[in-house]
Amino acid sequence: MLQETRVLHPVRRRGWKGWFAVRKRHLGYVAFALNRLTGLGLVLYLIIHLVVLSLLARGPETWDAFIELAKSPAFLLLDVILLAGILFHGLNGLRVILVGLGIGVHRHKELFWGLMLLAAILLIFGAWGFLVV
Amino acid sequence: MSEQKVTFRVFRYKQGDTAPHYDTFTVTVNERTTVLEALQAIRRDQDGTLVIRHSCHHASCGTCGMRVNGKEVLACVTNVLELGTPTVTVEPLQNAPLISDLVVDMGPFYETFSQAHLPFVRRSEYLPDAEVAEGVPFHMRFESCIECGLCVSACPVVASDAEYLGPAALAAVWRVVQEPRGTEVPPLLDWVNSEHGCWRCHVALECSEVCPSNVDPGGNIMALRQELVRRALGLSRG
Repeated sequence: MLQETRVLHPVRRRGWKGWFAVRKRHLGYVAFALNRLTGLGLVLYLIIHLVVLSLLARGPETWDAFIELAKSPAFLLLDVILLAGILFHGLNGLRVILVGLGIGVHRHKELFWGLMLLAAILLIFGAWGFLVV
Repeated sequence: MSEQKVTFRVFRYKQGDTAPHYDTFTVTVNERTTVLEALQAIRRDQDGTLVIRHSCHHASCGTCGMRVNGKEVLACVTNVLELGTPTVTVEPLQNAPLISDLVVDMGPFYETFSQAHLPFVRRSEYLPDAEVAEGVPFHMRFESCIECGLCVSACPVVASDAEYLGPAALAAVWRVVQEPRGTEVPPLLDWVNSEHGCWRCHVALECSEVCPSNVDPGGNIMALRQELVRRALGLSRG
């Protein structure tokens, strides 16, 4: 009697690296990759933020020294980058929620650019607030 | 018809190899040459061990799906010169077991896909005014999905979640929900209403971009979600 045998072949699967393989991909894929990237960045920021807050336990001198550092232009530029990440992740996340609920599925690219325009406007105001005011 | 030489960088892998590599071939092409024809020329004239799979040559069978210059395409309808690159890189589909060179094992794909119970033909979307030949009761239309697997290869979620049902199977389920033709819909909806089902999609929508048959798997996944929400709220008409 013949018995079916199945050869197990290796699967070419990129894993998490596939999230960022955006070459030759379309807007939705690029937005997906940036959403993951900014999401990971925000998690990293949260950890750094908690570490920074722990400086409070070391007394007023340590905290005041950090505040002086936080007022430097280079540090404020990091705040602007953080704001850009928050705006992208938040507003693109809104697009993902809407499209994921079936709203604007076939207009997702227009929705993306509209929300990114809003993100750019808010970023300009935010950067002005951080760096100028 | 003008001819020119194009370099092909072709993915090579044979069972037992420790790692894949790329071989380079030069092929003379004209403005009508497709990637599949160029690969056939390589196999015929330069390297008979190159393994490729094809059948119909007109984007109907879905067997020649592969990645050309990093994008999932049907090689039979991809014009070489229209790619506009001096070197054309050809690779097998991703997220599928690799058998040899440009051929992957479609077995797992078909196994998942067949669980959707998608019929091959349907009554909807035929032209109501079209004349029906004598002896033919009505027109039927073949389902659009040609089961090429391009969407599964392009999906970034399938890349990191081997259990994800994938865009093709989910789109097939939506078709059955639209037109059950005797298939029990609730078990299918239970099947896709899971962590690795339609909720796993993260809206990259590359599946719809690469689909050669305009199935729009991404849109169908969102339609499935809407249906599940409607049913959960008791609003479904089905």
